[in-house]
Amino acid sequence: MRVIVIGQDKLAYFLGKHFVAKGYALTLITSRHEEALALSHKLQASVLHGDGSEPAVLEDAGAYRADVLLALTGQDEDNLVACQVAQKRFGVPRTIALVNDPANQAVFKRLGVSVVFSATEILGQLIEQQTDYKDIKALVPVADGDVHLAEVTLQFDSPAVGQSLKDLNLQAAIIACIVRQGTVMIPKGDSQLQEGDRLIVISQAGAYEAAYQVIMGDIS
Amino acid sequence: MAKTQEMVVVGCGRLGSLLASHLSNAGHNVVIVDAREAAFDQLSAEFSGFTVVGDATEMGVLEQSRIHRADCLLAVTDQDNINLMVAQVARTMFEVSTVIARVYDPTREAIYKEFGIDTISPTQLSADALLNILHQSPLVMP
Repeated sequence: MRVIVIGQDKLAYFLGKHFVAKGYALTLITSRHEEALALSHKLQASVLHGDGSEPAVLEDAGAYRADVLLALTGQDEDNLVACQVAQKRFGVPRTIALVNDPANQAVFKRLGVSVVFSATEILGQLIEQQTDYKDIKALVPVADGDVHLAEVTLQFDSPAVGQSLKDLNLQAAIIACIVRQGTVMIPKGDSQLQEGDRLIVISQAGAYEAAYQVIMGDIS
Repeated sequence: MAKTQEMVVVGCGRLGSLLASHLSNAGHNVVIVDAREAAFDQLSAEFSGFTVVGDATEMGVLEQSRIHRADCLLAVTDQDNINLMVAQVARTMFEVSTVIARVYDPTREAIYKEFGIDTISPTQLSADALLNILHQSPLVMP
């Protein structure tokens, strides 16, 4: 796979290292001259010094043959233009952009960038998960954030302990799997829940708090 | 452009301040946006519009500049990519009917023209004007 990364600092370096280790053909574009030199010594990659949103620079970076372009600079506008030029001028099939303003996520999607992520939003979500729900792990958004996937561990005082699944009043959420003492159980309507059970819960984005309320009680 | 229009000018440099002052004098309702408050010192004394301090690539700042009511947006900061992004946001997200971006880099300008963003390239305009003068001078060009 041929990957172009536009960015700087540690993020570009470690991500570059990761891609090289995976065997990808990597081209890195950075706007600082000294950094370009240093990176070219440290990474098994082509390193260019220049403005990654400039068509001539992208062409030099081999954009015509690239499979993916990642734009990870601190400037949203530079990331957007780099992705658009890569896509429209050079036909790069997949473009990935970092946005700093979370509100720009929707904008970039609308303007044709294939994958958009906001570090602010990801960190915010992580912190919220860590602080809000001590017994709930890995609230992973899937299907573009419409669906949540989480693992919850039943405590002795969780309301769901002793109940069978069919008696739990879950709305827009299901228990996909019960892990009991390391063994996976396929849940049935009459499966009785026990303290220490780990449940894999799939829910609609807006419904997970209500579902955890039913399973775990007050979770704040 | 006879009747009063709602206009947003992004970037209060030499061009932005000149445009905003002119449009305001012509009776239009102008909001001008710039990241630096000191930039507004360049506006003429007669400028009667509003100023918004902030980075126009931030949605919140554009919303503050009453973009949802705007008939026209001119993106004239000194950075091509900011102008291109703001112009596209204005057109796609806020459906502003007239949107023009200043783009210095002619190759970038050509790409965005292809997908329908109205652009003005000072570099291209200057080159055309200069070549035009040279053409009329028998000493330089045949």
